[in-house]
Amino acid sequence: MDFSFTPEQEKLKKEFEEFFITEMKKAPPTYETGGLEAMFGSDVGWEFHLYMARELGKKGWLAMAWPEKYGGKDASVIDQVIFSEVRGYYGGPGVDIFGIGIVAPTLLVAASEKQREKFLPPIAKGELMYCQGWSEPNAGSDLASLSTTAVKDEDDYIINGQKIWTSGAHRADWMFILVRTNLEEKRSKGLTYLLLDMKAPGITVRPIEAMDGLHMFNEVFFDDVRVPIANRIGEENKGWEVTRQSMNFERSSIGIFSENQKTIEDLVRFVKETKRDGKPLAENQVIRNKLAELAAETEVGRAMAYNIAWMQEKGGLFLAASAASAAKVFGTELAQRLVYVGADILGQYSQVKESKWAPFHGKFETNYQNCMGLNIAGGTSEIQRNLVAWIGLGLPR
Amino acid sequence: MNLDFNEDQEILRSSAKNFLEKECPKDLVREIEESKEGYSPEIWNKMIELGWTGIAFPEDYGGYGGDFMNLIVLMEEMGRNIIPSPFFSTVVLSGLTILEGGTEEQKKEYLEKIAVGEIIMSLALYEPNGSYNASGITVSATPKDDGYVINGTKMFVNDANIADYLLVVARTEDSDNPEEGVTIFLVEAKASGITCNKVPTMGLDNSCEVIFDNVSIPKANILGEAGKAWEVIQKSSEKAIMAKCAEMVGGAQASLDMTNAYAKERVQYKQPIGKFQVIQHYLADMMIKVGTSRNILYEVSWMVGQNIPCAMKVSAAKSWINEAYKFITERGVQIHGGIGTTRECDIGLYYRRAKTAELILGDTGHHLENIAQEIGL
Ligand SMILES: Cc1cc2nc3c(=O)[nH]c(=O)nc-3n(C[C@H](O)[C@H](O)[C@H](O)COP(=O)(O)OP(=O)(O)OC[C@H]3O[C@@H](n4cnc5c(N)ncnc54)[C@H](O)[C@@H]3O)c2cc1C
Repeated sequence: MDFSFTPEQEKLKKEFEEFFITEMKKAPPTYETGGLEAMFGSDVGWEFHLYMARELGKKGWLAMAWPEKYGGKDASVIDQVIFSEVRGYYGGPGVDIFGIGIVAPTLLVAASEKQREKFLPPIAKGELMYCQGWSEPNAGSDLASLSTTAVKDEDDYIINGQKIWTSGAHRADWMFILVRTNLEEKRSKGLTYLLLDMKAPGITVRPIEAMDGLHMFNEVFFDDVRVPIANRIGEENKGWEVTRQSMNFERSSIGIFSENQKTIEDLVRFVKETKRDGKPLAENQVIRNKLAELAAETEVGRAMAYNIAWMQEKGGLFLAASAASAAKVFGTELAQRLVYVGADILGQYSQVKESKWAPFHGKFETNYQNCMGLNIAGGTSEIQRNLVAWIGLGLPR
Repeated sequence: MNLDFNEDQEILRSSAKNFLEKECPKDLVREIEESKEGYSPEIWNKMIELGWTGIAFPEDYGGYGGDFMNLIVLMEEMGRNIIPSPFFSTVVLSGLTILEGGTEEQKKEYLEKIAVGEIIMSLALYEPNGSYNASGITVSATPKDDGYVINGTKMFVNDANIADYLLVVARTEDSDNPEEGVTIFLVEAKASGITCNKVPTMGLDNSCEVIFDNVSIPKANILGEAGKAWEVIQKSSEKAIMAKCAEMVGGAQASLDMTNAYAKERVQYKQPIGKFQVIQHYLADMMIKVGTSRNILYEVSWMVGQNIPCAMKVSAAKSWINEAYKFITERGVQIHGGIGTTRECDIGLYYRRAKTAELILGDTGHHLENIAQEIGL
């Protein structure tokens, strides 16, 4: 057994760190609050994301894990995790969680050679951003019941229906979408996976305000939208299998833990500098215990994440599916507890929005409202626990 | 023993409920929240017409003389159906402080004005240091000529932006015991030297920073006796805390009700999500927290209303209800799923308000420390 990085990995880690330290100096203040809101919620936030994406693309760090044939470096899962850990710590944007995170791994396993040549390079260069068209008003956790339809017409599919909660749909260039192509089949058997251009006629994007008022996600309406059949990934009616194969992306949730670590460091500085009732908050035993407990949990999370990465490295994600669900629940719920403890520490100031009065640019005020979303997006905590019980423990469904 | 409300109180409850449901639907709440004034003068006037502004005061001072539990009933309904209004600042925080610490003349003059809805008031208590204790009071009032000059900054003063008068809690004397030398001044909110800035907060509840720059105040504007105000604040705070708790219990009940209804109606995997046992257990825990919150609310409110000393129980109630309300709204969001994280969904409104309410008159940490001291630690 050996928990250490190789000398090459140590070197790589240094390079990542230097990059983010330098580049994050250029970040607009919205990045103080972190999260998808920083990226999607404002024009300056989005522009900075695009800038970082192209810089990372030039370095070849977006496509690090891809085969060399498609411009990647055949890097190990561990290398990727090191990158995500560093990026999480510095709160750096630039990685399209959809394009890099989900579409590319899907294309690598399920697309034709021609499709890979067409769709992968712009993702690797950080030039094209995707959004995820999965959830619908009546198909959330029960995604397989979705009802947006695609009907064949000559060389195209014609899409009608509605998606919801589509993060960044108002910014993205393309969408990957799950649609129903077999109307007889009510569940997962009749679904197809398509890529579509968000500029296609017939698409309407309507904003949904998040709890704190930011524009992060959207409703997307499809009115006779034409998508070339050539943009279908995998076979018709086999979309569900395609999504399951593409689960093989890095799912260690490491970024949550390193981001937490940074937040804890910030809070430690804050409690040392801040006096209340004549004493530094750092001398308050309750605060000390709470921060210490979170620091311990963050270490646990990191160990868990590297263990998942190792399982993936050895055997692909199917081996680690329940562990990835466990890490997601553990990570997002820990992040939520950290926001709540941070809010307790800030006391009356935890409620202050970004303004001259707000500590940490209002980070705890916005995060207090959007930390719940992490327990819901990408499969709710309840669904993740179901998976741990079913897959991890073999309990009856 | 009789743990029931009387008939008048039941009538008050149902008429308040009907009024609030009709006059203040949630879309309007969100609209009012965003407005500069942060309240609706039109609805406020109707509340005055209903006599609500006189509910907490004896008849001698223009009120309706009813017992403290009437206020609890009303606050509970105002929590169930959130209504952005200066009621808490004016009637509860300021009115009860004047009732506790004012001279006979001051009570006659100001309580009557509050009761008839002539003035909006607020209590300027906390400061940028964020403390809930007497040691946090550093705004100074220095004797000059026949009065005082106030300097310093107050923070998180709700409704100062729309207030006619402020009760300013200031230090008139430095002393080893921070609870001594504190004095309350009745100050015109628009007096020269006062700057009021609205601080943007999660609760969108008219929270303000109020800066005092050499504000001259005549001696006559001291509320009650100079130097003895901390006792007054502590006494009137007990009532105000219980009133805030009532509002929170109402909000917690509403959050449970709307989430319960949603769990019955939202279908996933061909069944209402309320059929999943994990959702049932969340809701059961929520119900237990609302029930226990209401139990302690009524008991301690009754004691406070009867002037029975119960500082420990007041802190027990506030700390328990703080956590219960946050728990219930947090689980409420989770059970709602995606829609729960949006601004348009009502559960988010209560989730935000639960946090803001915790911060008013002592967060959980503050009250747990009080309890620790009360039980002899
Ligand atoms: C911030 C955010 C960003 C998002 N971004 C995107 C995006 O970009 N693209 C996209 O397609 N979607 C996105 N989503 C949608 C997300 O995937 C769904 O919200 C999620 O799958 C839950 O679906 P739902 O909201 O319909 O809730 P429901 O499925 O209706 O769930 C309601 C409640 O019931 C529980 N529940 C449901 N089924 C079960 C069960 N079998 N057992 C136990 N409990 C159950 C849930 O856990 C939840 O507590 C986003 C959501 C959020 C909050």
